[in-house]
Amino acid sequence: MSQQKQWQTVCETADLVANSGIAVWTPAGPVAVFYCPDETPSLYAIGHFDPIGNANVLARGIVGDIKGEPVVASPLYKQHYSLLSGQCLEDASVKVPTYAVQLDGDQVQVAVHAGQREECAA
Amino acid sequence: MSKKNLIVIGNGMVGHHFLEQFADTPGAANYHITVFGEEPLLAYDRVHLSEYFGEATHADLALGTADWYRDNHIDLRLNEQVTAIDRQHQRVTTPQGQYPYDELVLATGSYPFVPPIEGNDQPHCLVYRTLADLDAIRASADGVKTGVVVGGGLLGLEAANALKSLGLEAHVVEFAPRLMPVQLDSDGGAVLKQKIVDLGVQVHTEKATQSIVPGGQARLRMNFNDDSHLETDLIVFSAGIRPQDALARSAELVIGERGGIVVNNQCTTSDPHIHAIGECALWEQRIYGLVAPGYTMARTLAACLNGDAEAAFTGADMSTKLKLLGVDVGSIGDAHGQTPGARNIRFNDEAAGHYRRMVISADGKTLLGAILVGDNGPYDTLLQYALNGIKLPDHPETLILPESEGGAPALGPDALPDTAAICSCHNVTKGDICSAIDAGCSDLAGIKSGTKASTGCGGCAALLKNVVDNELEKRGVEVSKDLCEHFPYSRQELFHLVKVNGIRTFDTLIEQHGKGRGCDICKPTVGSILATCWNEHILATDHVPLQDTNDTFMANMQKNGTYSIVPRIPGGEITPDKLIVLGQVAKDYGLYTKITGGQRVDLFGATLSELPEIWERLIAAGFETGHAYGKSLRTVKSCVGSTWCRYGVQDSVGMAIRLEDRYKGLRSPHKIKFAVSGCTRECAEAQSKDIGVIATENGWNLYVCGNGGMRPRHADLFATDLNDDELIRTIDRVLMFYVRTGDRLQRTSVWLENLEGGLAYLKEVILNDSLGLGEELEAHIGDIVGTYQCEWKTVVEDPEKRKRFREFVNDERKDPVQHWVEERGQRRPAATETVEEMA
Repeated sequence: MSQQKQWQTVCETADLVANSGIAVWTPAGPVAVFYCPDETPSLYAIGHFDPIGNANVLARGIVGDIKGEPVVASPLYKQHYSLLSGQCLEDASVKVPTYAVQLDGDQVQVAVHAGQREECAA
Repeated sequence: MSKKNLIVIGNGMVGHHFLEQFADTPGAANYHITVFGEEPLLAYDRVHLSEYFGEATHADLALGTADWYRDNHIDLRLNEQVTAIDRQHQRVTTPQGQYPYDELVLATGSYPFVPPIEGNDQPHCLVYRTLADLDAIRASADGVKTGVVVGGGLLGLEAANALKSLGLEAHVVEFAPRLMPVQLDSDGGAVLKQKIVDLGVQVHTEKATQSIVPGGQARLRMNFNDDSHLETDLIVFSAGIRPQDALARSAELVIGERGGIVVNNQCTTSDPHIHAIGECALWEQRIYGLVAPGYTMARTLAACLNGDAEAAFTGADMSTKLKLLGVDVGSIGDAHGQTPGARNIRFNDEAAGHYRRMVISADGKTLLGAILVGDNGPYDTLLQYALNGIKLPDHPETLILPESEGGAPALGPDALPDTAAICSCHNVTKGDICSAIDAGCSDLAGIKSGTKASTGCGGCAALLKNVVDNELEKRGVEVSKDLCEHFPYSRQELFHLVKVNGIRTFDTLIEQHGKGRGCDICKPTVGSILATCWNEHILATDHVPLQDTNDTFMANMQKNGTYSIVPRIPGGEITPDKLIVLGQVAKDYGLYTKITGGQRVDLFGATLSELPEIWERLIAAGFETGHAYGKSLRTVKSCVGSTWCRYGVQDSVGMAIRLEDRYKGLRSPHKIKFAVSGCTRECAEAQSKDIGVIATENGWNLYVCGNGGMRPRHADLFATDLNDDELIRTIDRVLMFYVRTGDRLQRTSVWLENLEGGLAYLKEVILNDSLGLGEELEAHIGDIVGTYQCEWKTVVEDPEKRKRFREFVNDERKDPVQHWVEERGQRRPAATETVEEMA
């Protein structure tokens, strides 16, 4: 099974919402992409599935920071997930996947490993 | 293992407290618990019984709820009197049947002692103990002039207060030479008597009633041993209590010479499976007629039934602090100075009506007891000195002298040892409070709910606050009002910054007054403030990232990530055609449909992408957004009012619609609910709402700051007989004042409770315009009303905004983790376990 990084175009910059998230579908399942134009980096991608609430909702959470760590708050039960590591700040045993994300012109691309799909909720 | 049976006889204050304590222990799981109450009502607060003649109802005085009993699996059998205990077979008998027990708790309380006076059994000779007694007193007092209380003790004076509040000319007849002979000395009694006479209650001391005969001017005539007499329409006997030990007697348990079920330190009677607590129990030849010792017994027994070998009742402090007919009375420890060698310090200000006495040990080092009449100010301090044996200051008289005479300020909370009992009802010490703070509790409310301190009689509230504030300060906890780590301001302060500086975006505010990126606490709060101040669309580009998901998608997220939709149905009035549209839309999209508590229809299970389509249809049919997702006005519930109802005196539906249309969309610290009732029958339940309006013959009565939900609160009557415009102007001001000064997620009920000066202050600000804010508040509301837009209409018409409602921006597939099952003819989300099976 290949672990090669594959850049997948998931949407265009016009689809992004500043300081908020959107959900995209990838071969690895649903992914939340967050766009913070005034920050570096300005793009983050983590799993869209909230393992505590058991629903695909993380892209709809509020983006912010907790002591400098960029986070999204789950809209269901308000746990915070790090946008950098996917770690849930309230529960050390919970983590969501993170993905590399980049801009190619106005194309937003997420790196998913081939074969990653089987591991993810879909 | 099959459960054992625990039966509690008596559902009074102590019986209830026992269950509360016991239900929280691991041992409770071993028992099936049944409780029998002779009265038809759930346990209620007898300490504040006289409030029943004011505004209080049984519900206000009730200590628990039927739900609580049910949730704790306690079989509550009210109105069922136990008639016999069969010790041999371990079962009790009631008219309804027989019930086996493994352990039996007697919490039968006491009954009022009626002195053996000739003629004491005729009509209008009453007692004062239960709500039924109070109903009887009320009935007897109807239309008559005079009432007499026999007994000048604590309960007697409470009863006199009750008669006075019924509008009777009240008399107190006491056998002893002074009032409250148990707690007070003669000087204290004299000061109290003078104060009570000044309040219009006539006091007759040293009177023994010999007979009660029919009267000439009034119903009854009392003849005294000194040949004098008194005519009265009713008599309330309140001459002490006697333990209710009849059941125990017939079961041949050991009974004290003068009554009372004999118990040991474990509150167990002469039968090892039968226990007694409260006023029916006789411990070391003593009956405790106060609630705190009863509670201590209840806690002791709960511990013993959990196998705690250390638990023991070893007596209780009988100090009391009361307000009788509005007069402060306090009695601490050895108030009469009966300890050998005890010395006294007395302060008696006859002009002000203040009497204070300290009883000091022979060596002058400790306080043994005290009496206070007229002002209980020094009580808390004196009690702590007495209970904890704290060494008195060099000039102990300063403790009771007025401060102008060099009196010492109250004993600081720092001087109290950790063992100091702060709340004696729930036995919470200063040490317990410190532990709760160390475990992370950082405010008064948390301490109260965590330790139960100050949730009994409430007498320790001020002391508790002092201790908590002091301890927090000592730990360097600045009692922080900061909203979150990004803003060192409270919501109210942020509101001012936004309003005064004309700030219109979150970015500007955080740049100028905060730090970092913000979070899920400050963003929605600021979003709400901006909406209140400038009323721009909540989904304007700058505001989108501030909103909670419910506001972002203008629907309520449910557990599986789908949303529910609640269109506005003002006042709960809807045409059949509109109702059909709701039904048709729900059917077309397979939405689970339920009627809400606020007289609306909630449609569940819409996916993100379906929301704009559904709203397109709803708007076409004339619906508007219902803001069920927002911290804003929800509904104005109404009854049908004078247009249909035989009893309605005003058009409550019309007013409800007018109010709902006026305040819809107003963003506030938390949700706001209204109701309008068309008459005093109150079918719309307005007194449980933030704003409640009840029709009168002359207009409207306005109630404010009520709440249902987790912590119900009756709304306070705010203004009466307002006309339509006055009503709206008053609500404008109240709402806007709340929106400007409320804390984040603070409902109006809590807001009012935390408002310094409380209801009286709010009335000053709103009705008398004491801050000169009235016009500004009204103008602000006017702006908001003038710039209202249906948020959904704006979104449906804007293709850019609609783009936000895509499940996946690059794929039209449905969310793969939503699974449904059918129940009662509608679909609902599958339970997680079921989903796993399906996967």
